[in-house]
Amino acid sequence: MDLQRYQQPHVIQAALAQRRIAIVGLSSNQLRGSYFVGYYLRRHGYEIVPVNPREQEILGKKCYPSLSDVAEPVGVVCVFRAPAAVPAIAEEAIAMGAPYLWLQYTVISQEGADIAEAGGMQAIMDRCMKVEHARYRGRMHWLGFNTERISARRRLT
Amino acid sequence: MSDGDGEAREFGFHTRSVHAGSRPDPTTGARALPIYQTSSYVFEDPESAAAYFNLQEYGNTYSRIMNPTVAALEERVSNLEGGVGAVAFASGLAAQSAAFFTLLEPGDHVVASSALYGGSVTQLKHFFRKLSVELSFVDPDDLDNWRAALKDNTKLLFAETIGNPGGNVLDIEALADLAHGHQTPLMVDNTFATPYLARPMDWGADIVVYSATKFLGGHGTSIGGLVVESGEFDWANGRFSVVADPSPAYHGLPFYETFGIYGYLMKLRAETLRDLGAAMSPFNAFLFAQGLETLPLRMRQHVANANAIAQFLEARDDAERVSYPGLANSPYAGLVAKYLPRGAGAVFCFDLPGGREAGLRFISALNLFSHLANVGDAKSLVIHPASTTHRQLSDEELAAAGIGPGTIRLSVGIEDAADLIWDLTQAFDAIMEA
Ligand SMILES: Cc1ncc(COP(=O)(O)O)c(C=O)c1O
Repeated sequence: MDLQRYQQPHVIQAALAQRRIAIVGLSSNQLRGSYFVGYYLRRHGYEIVPVNPREQEILGKKCYPSLSDVAEPVGVVCVFRAPAAVPAIAEEAIAMGAPYLWLQYTVISQEGADIAEAGGMQAIMDRCMKVEHARYRGRMHWLGFNTERISARRRLT
Repeated sequence: MSDGDGEAREFGFHTRSVHAGSRPDPTTGARALPIYQTSSYVFEDPESAAAYFNLQEYGNTYSRIMNPTVAALEERVSNLEGGVGAVAFASGLAAQSAAFFTLLEPGDHVVASSALYGGSVTQLKHFFRKLSVELSFVDPDDLDNWRAALKDNTKLLFAETIGNPGGNVLDIEALADLAHGHQTPLMVDNTFATPYLARPMDWGADIVVYSATKFLGGHGTSIGGLVVESGEFDWANGRFSVVADPSPAYHGLPFYETFGIYGYLMKLRAETLRDLGAAMSPFNAFLFAQGLETLPLRMRQHVANANAIAQFLEARDDAERVSYPGLANSPYAGLVAKYLPRGAGAVFCFDLPGGREAGLRFISALNLFSHLANVGDAKSLVIHPASTTHRQLSDEELAAAGIGPGTIRLSVGIEDAADLIWDLTQAFDAIMEA
């Protein structure tokens, strides 16, 4: 699969410009990767909409059993689920009119991406929303990571 | 790949040597890399402090663990190398010990090249014995030696791209395939090649370590080292619970699951650097970052000079066993063509037939070559192992170490080749006259 097609900087940056993020599969366990991402995104001003049938409330926000239960519009559907669950999530995301489907590291589903694109969404795959935020808008460079960002422009942080 | 406003571009090596990791300072606009000479950082508020210590946010806490000047160097080196990140240390050997410490446990086994830098050989022997890690040294030139040394508990293979000082060139791709077939990472010391001459990760190496003290800095002013990781090794393959399992040293954090391709490096920094404590100073990081700006320019001159001098020595009857792998008749010529197409580095040995006596006289007669125990300076360097680093050894013991009584090691600098050849010529004359 051509993963790079789903990792284009301009698509990633457009998704990061959205403000309300539904996180499907968000855990309330503070040591899980999904919690790290949710916590981080909330810290950076995003409104988090948790989706997880086994939880009532995460990060101080009401948790919805499924994406179709979410009433308000969301800009990004961010997925921490097994790849097999992605096609159904993509269908729900299209139905609610979300413009971006973001599949986290190792959540690789060609079928899910195809469904999303056929439904007018843009798909991002095998990328972490926290890392990409930190790369373009945050402080990933403070810990010696390769942001691959080269510019002589003055940045904000 | 990079962007200004989302437009992607693959920048070239020279551009990245100058820019990677160092954008203008956001607060002051300073164009040069600022030296953040501070031990610690004021937190915005208690919640931010907690988020930094929990690793939920990228934040500065204490300069034993991270520092913005050091981070700029780390990003530059990882960018040039093509890794996902890097962690800097107080020396090359500190970087190696931290890389080992992060992934090994008592009872593990490591296979290492016997042609490593002598200080690395000593480090491995002593460090691993104290950690109860088994160690096998193999002649790196034959893949069968590596294969035969693998055991069920082998957790790491380690070698140098270009061996110090023997000039052995590593068949990186073949060794990486062997390591991965055994679900084991390959770690390569790329100090002699630098990312300009070779990028071991392009051939499958998982971890690359550097002594920045040498060519990366190029100025011989500072001691430092780095660990770079590719982010491609699967630490969750069932053999590296030390990286993958919840860490008792970090309130149960499962580094690999939480940070994915950045997991090993996060653990290397947040645990190993924190605990071993061998941090690079901001001032040294500044000097190394400054040196890197001219890395490709310097390496081209190093390699051109080394080639000229190796050919000059090769043509003389009073210089034997010229070990430069860049010579056309080198046994490593095929590997050089594959892995080091821009040149085979600038450190090599040759033998004076006159033994210890001739070695001493040769060294004393040199004018431009500095007699000292280092390599990779912009200045040309020379050492006679039999009268310095290896002087306690008998001729037989020297031979076992691959060193002759008349062996001379050169680290060829970036002066004019004609001047260096003039200097060597008059030193040869001095031996004749004696
Ligand atoms: C190939 C190689 N690796 C590692 C080292 C150790 O580096 P440092 O002296 O920075 O600890 C050296 C130093 O000579 C070296 O030549």
